[in-house]
This record gives sequence, C-alpha cells and structure tokens, in this order.
Amino acid sequence: MDLTLVGQGLLSGVLFGGVYSLMAVGLTLIFGVMRVVNFAHGDMMVWGMYLAWMLATRAGIDPYVGFPVCAAVLFTLGWAVQRGLVHRIVDAPHEMQILLMLGVALVLENAALVAFGPDPQRVRSPLTASTLWLGPLFVDVGRLVTFGVALALTGALWVFLGHTDLGRRIRAASDNPYGALVIGTDVGRVYAIAFGIGAACVGAAGALVSPILPFQPAGGLSLSVASFNIVIIGGMGSLLGAFVGGLLVSVAESLGAVFLAPSMKELVSFSLLIVILLLRPAGLFGRRAA
Amino acid sequence: MSPPLLEVSGLAKRFGGLQAVAGLSFAMADGEMLGLIGPNGAGKTTVFNLLSGFLTPDAGTVRFRGESVAGLKPHAICRRGLARTFQIVRPFPHLSVLANVRVGALGRHPDAREADARARAVVARVGLDGKRDAPAGSLTLADRKRLELARALATEPTLLLLDEVMAGLSGPETADMVRLVSGINADGVSVLLIEHNMRAVMTLSHRLVVVSFGEKIAEGPPARVANDPRVIEAYLGEDYVHPAPA
Amino acid sequence: MTVPRVAALVVVLALAALPAVLSSYAVTVFIFIFFYAYLGQAWNLVGGYAGQLSAGHAAFVGLGAYTAAMLSMTLGLTPWVGMFVGGALAAALGALIAYLGFRFGLRGFYFVLLTVAFAEIGRIVALNTDAVGGALGLYITFTGNPRQFQFQDNRAYYYVALVMMLAATALVAALERRRFGEYLKAIREDENACEALGVDTFRYKLLAMVLSSFLTGVGGTFYAYYLFSLQPNAVFGIPLSVEIMIRPIVGGAGTALGPVLGSFILSPLGELSRVYLSQGAWSGLHLIVYGVLLIVVVLFFPQGAYPTLLKLGGSMSRSSPKPPHRI
Repeated sequence: MDLTLVGQGLLSGVLFGGVYSLMAVGLTLIFGVMRVVNFAHGDMMVWGMYLAWMLATRAGIDPYVGFPVCAAVLFTLGWAVQRGLVHRIVDAPHEMQILLMLGVALVLENAALVAFGPDPQRVRSPLTASTLWLGPLFVDVGRLVTFGVALALTGALWVFLGHTDLGRRIRAASDNPYGALVIGTDVGRVYAIAFGIGAACVGAAGALVSPILPFQPAGGLSLSVASFNIVIIGGMGSLLGAFVGGLLVSVAESLGAVFLAPSMKELVSFSLLIVILLLRPAGLFGRRAA
Repeated sequence: MSPPLLEVSGLAKRFGGLQAVAGLSFAMADGEMLGLIGPNGAGKTTVFNLLSGFLTPDAGTVRFRGESVAGLKPHAICRRGLARTFQIVRPFPHLSVLANVRVGALGRHPDAREADARARAVVARVGLDGKRDAPAGSLTLADRKRLELARALATEPTLLLLDEVMAGLSGPETADMVRLVSGINADGVSVLLIEHNMRAVMTLSHRLVVVSFGEKIAEGPPARVANDPRVIEAYLGEDYVHPAPA
Repeated sequence: MTVPRVAALVVVLALAALPAVLSSYAVTVFIFIFFYAYLGQAWNLVGGYAGQLSAGHAAFVGLGAYTAAMLSMTLGLTPWVGMFVGGALAAALGALIAYLGFRFGLRGFYFVLLTVAFAEIGRIVALNTDAVGGALGLYITFTGNPRQFQFQDNRAYYYVALVMMLAATALVAALERRRFGEYLKAIREDENACEALGVDTFRYKLLAMVLSSFLTGVGGTFYAYYLFSLQPNAVFGIPLSVEIMIRPIVGGAGTALGPVLGSFILSPLGELSRVYLSQGAWSGLHLIVYGVLLIVVVLFFPQGAYPTLLKLGGSMSRSSPKPPHRI
C-alpha cells in the first residue's frame, strides 16, 4: 500500500472538505431554520458553478474573485424560492415540501441543461495551474485557496449567526417561530433571508469548485446527496455538525477513491448514507431526532 | 372475587432528568369507571402512553386481563381490548366520519361490509349520524371529541382510556359527553378517564386515583378524595372543588 | 349498472377499438400512456395510499428488467416466466428497503433518501458489472417471437400495456374498498392514531411496498422487451423514478384513477415537447415542464387533478348544501 497515495488522498479529502462543509452549512441552515429539506441544493450549486463559468468566459473574471457575485445571485434565487414558493406551504405536510423542492430541482437542473448543454465544463484559473509541495505530497494552489476561502466563509457565517442582531433573530426563529414573532421578528423575512444565505453558501461553494472539478447539469443530484449525507451525519440543524461532517465525508470519499475504483466513489457515498440513515438520522450533533 | 381487569404495579418512567411516573400502583375492576386526576404535569398522559404501549416502562408491571402487556406495541394492546383516545384529538382529517370509525371497526371485523355496518352503529351511538359523510377535518371540536371516542369504541374494547375527553367543551357539550360516557360504561365497557373537569369526573367516577409529580397521593371514592388535604394542596388553583358534605 | 361503471366500460371498449384507427406513432404514444400509468399505479400503492413517498422506484424497474433479460439470454427462460422472477426479486428488494426504513423509523424525507440511495446503488452496480453489460448495458435481439414476450406488431404491445394498466387499476380499486386500502389511507393520515386503533402500521406499510415493488418489477420486463435496450442510467436512474411518481401525483395520489388521469395528461405533454423541441439543446425542456407542474400541483392542487375535477364536477352539478353553522 502506497502511503504517499493514502496521504495524498487524505490531504485531498481535507482540502475538499472545506467545500463540502460550506455546502452542508448552507443546507443545514435552511433545514434548521425552516425544517425544509432543500432537494434543489445540488442543482443550486451547479448554477453557482455555471455562473462562475460565465463570469470567467464572458467577463474574464477569475472564480476566486467572482465568487461573491455567484453567492449574491444565488442568494436572490434562494430568497425568491422561499418567498414565492416555500412560504406558501410552510404548514403543509412534509410530502408537499419534498415534492415542491423536487420540482424546483427539476426546473433548475434542466434549465441548466437547456442553457448550457449536457457536456461537462471547466473553468481555467491560473491558481489551479500552480502546485505547492508539502513534503512528498503536492497540492495545487487552487484547492488550497478554495479550502481557505470556504473556511473563511463558514467562519463569517458563524460570527454572523452568533453575534449580529439579524443572525440572532434567525436563530430565534429557528428555535421557536412563535416566540420570535412575539419579540417582533418578521419571521417570513427571516426565513427568506436564511434560505437566501443557504443558497448563497452553495453558490459560493460552486464557484470555488468550478476551477477544480468538471461540472455538468446532471451533477446536481450527487451534490445534493453528498450534502444530505454530510448534514445527516453531522446532525440536521447543527452548524458545527455540518462543518465536521463535511470534512469527515470528504476524507472518507477521498480515501475510498484511493482504495476502490473511482467509479465506486459514489457507491461509498450512498452506502454511507444508508448506514447513517439507519443508525443515526439525528446525526452526531443533531438536536432533533427524525 | 374476580381478578382485576387492570393491575398496575410499581410503574415508573423517566425522561432524562425528569421522573415522570414514580412507582405508581393501582387496580381496576371489571365494569368500573376510574378517574385519574391530578394537577397539570402530574404524569397522567404518560401513564396512558405506558398503558397503551406508546411508551415502554422503565420499571413495574402492567397486567391487563391477567396478562402482562408492558412492552407490547400499541396495536397489539388494542387488539387485546385496551383502547385509548388522545388528549389532542387526532382525526383522520381527509376521511369521512364514517371512514374514520370504520378503521376502528375493521380490527374485529375484517370484512369491509360488516365493519361498515358496525361503524354506522357506533356513529349513531355517539350522535354523529347526521355528519357521517362529512370530512373529519371539518368537524367542530365537540364533534371531533365524539369522533375520537367513537373510533376507539369501534374497536370493541373491554377497557377504554379517555384522555381529557371533556377539555374545551362548553357546558351543554360537556353534559352530553358525560351522558355518553356514562352510557358506554353502563353498556359494560370499563373506563379509565383523565379529566380536569372536576364536576364531570366526580359525577362519572366510581373511584378516583390522584397523581402528583408522578406519584399516587390519594385513592378512593370521589367525595373522600375531594376532601383529602393532600389532594387540595396539590391542586392549589384548580377550578372546581367538590364542597364538603354538611 | 351504475353510471360510472357504464362510463368505465365505454372507455375501455373505446381504448380497445382505437388501434384500428390510429397511426403507428399514435399507438406508440398510447403504449407509453398505458405503461407509465401502470408503473404509476404500482407506485400509488405505497406512495399514494400509504403516503410513503419513494423516489427510487426505478430500482424495481431496473431489477425486474435486468433479471428477465439475463434469464432469457443466459438460460433461455421465457420472459413470461422471467417477469415473475424479476417481480419477485424486486419485491424482495422492496421488502428489504421497507423493513429497514420502517424498522428504523424513517419517515418522510429520510425514507425518500433511503429509496434514492438504493436506486442509485443499483445504478452504479449495474454500471460496473460487466456480466450484465456494464456501462453499455444490455441489448436484446429482436426476434418478434411472442414466446419471448416480443411482438412484431406494435398493436400487440398496445394491448399488453392496456391490460396491464387496467389490471393494476382494477386491483388498486378493489384493494381500496377492502381493509387493506382503508388501513393504508388511515396510515397516510396519522400513523400513531392508527396504532391506537389496532392497526399494525409496520406490517401494512411493508405489504404495500412489497406489492408495489412486485408490480413495478413485472413492469420492468415490459420495459426490456419493448425498448430492447437496458442502460443502467436510464432504467435505474432518477429521471425514470420521477416519470413514475409524477403521474399519480399530478393525477391524484391515493385514488385509483389518479395515475391513469395523470398519465393521459403527462405522456402527451412529454411527447409533444420531445417532438417539437427535440433538438439536443432543448432535450431537458419536458423535464422543466414536469418540474413546473409539480410546483403548481403542490401549491394549488395538492390532491391532484382527479379529486379537483370531482370537486368541480360536484359543485357544478348541484348547489352544495350549506355546512351546519359552527359555534
């Protein structure tokens, strides 16, 4: 067994974990606040990737510079989806929410298909072309920067939720919507903002990943599943859980790719999901059980 | 002397740091109407959940018709003849009143037509005949309570657990419900009822068991229990206390 | 005979007579209407009546299809028998998923994920197993031999699909009136209340899933011997699962006619968008329409087309009596 290979896989996993964490944080925020499962999460991320691609190819803006734009656009999308659609069925049975978000996912994925075609795309960034050597392991600078930015964004979100008035209102609304109403919180507005932030997270994640991996419209589902995996492992509604879970799952997948054929990587993902679903749907840090 | 219908011994349940039920013991005879009363949070609904299989006791035994039922699933306990209603009524909102009751009747009458006939009889019994085909979601609270009762009754129980079946009812509605429950008991169904409406529970019950903080603090005929100082103390602030006889 | 029964008979007879006047292309459209109505009806049992959403029913189609195809290709077993073996295997998978899901208390979103996970695992396994064709899939040689569940004439497939749809619908309609159907509908409303009424919810949900997956697996054989090509991404994939579930949802989940109505609405729609916008760039358009439809149905017609039509019909044919005055 080639230890360097394992080490490389480990490093790769940790670095990519930053992105996974960011994705998961977005999903768990939406669920934690509104108890809505965003089935369109992966497809929103794909749009983040394509937006970055458009910025890069049409306006020559590097994704590492342009990701805030992607985040902003996705924020608007998330906000609109919540305000226009989800808000109407807040009290409906869960099946209705699932079907609604499934519908949104279908629209997003196939709109991307119609707009951009089915073939995989990639974004060129000068950062991904250069590599750094850490002992026997190498890492391309792009991945390192992605990791750093993702970490910074997650940290910023943490601070926002913990130390700003709006952030506290979001947490209040997620804990107790009626209580939040009583203290004067416009819960509807808070929900929309939370959904927007969740979408922005994944939009940024998409932009950050676009120079690293090829992407295509059909990839939305596996990204959604990866997000669910992480969030279920880490605990629905727990930001810390999403963060830790992101790193864990990324490392697991990365190591899995080392030992198994790359095509089996998804197999590991889904099998892991089943095991986690059966054993611990509340997750490691989850505060509410299934 | 026939064995008790229901024998609860040393029943206990804790949730994290809270001991919801602590060493509760009581018995019921066949045909009895027993009132389970106590201040809010005393653990009464937890007792119902333990008896009906929705919770498993941490300790103690529950014997129904001589057999232990602790640990059985709710549907199995219902099959044995112990049925319950819920404090917050749970109708099947999109199904008609009759369809709701049929679900209960199908347990003992798997044939759809027979179950339908039995269900109609029960619906008439509780006075919901005129609203038989109405969707359960459109009923008033009083009617929902009747429906809840009818559904449980349709399972042809030997013992019926009624959880605050008078809660939220107006004066006349309560009187109707009291008559109904009394009639059911007269038909031979034993009843264990949780109630906060003191007038109703005093009228209906043969005996009372008083629970506070998960423990039994008094037991006996309504008149005696109502004057028990421990009971009055536990109930500080509750709305209606039976006046002492002259 | 009652009016609905006469109407149903008329419709069935009309459908039986149609091939005489339809073009071959139109016959194909109807075959898809009937076939997807059949699959939707199978889904309806567990997703509609029992209320346990499954987004992974393609797994059963795939399993049934590959089983029948492999048995025929390697052992020469006629698909007429192979379909039941495929169905049985699909039922076993369904039982496994249901057992795991319900034993471990997975409901709603978690159960949906479980079904998706199994379907995707099936897809990946099929993609990577060379013995069943791997990524290229299986190609079934066309012989047109009815003994091998193949027909020269498109119209034969039409009648097979029609019979399948009618049989499944009749089965569901029959079950609906019996204890099984009543229990499922109640389980969908409130499982705990059902338990308190003596209903073994676990058992009935499991039964619904097993029956549903069996029927879907049998349908897989039709898929294999009508399309003659099995690709893992197509036959195990999410798009197929969506096609299966969207018809009952749009038409009316938990009603016997829902999947049929849904299929009559959606299949032509899908076909139209495929025909008029079939150039590569627009190939995803019909799925966008599906997505929008799902959203519209959820927001405005949550019960689906059939119950909505019933309500409309009811309020138009007579003035509805005022509900009793409530306090």
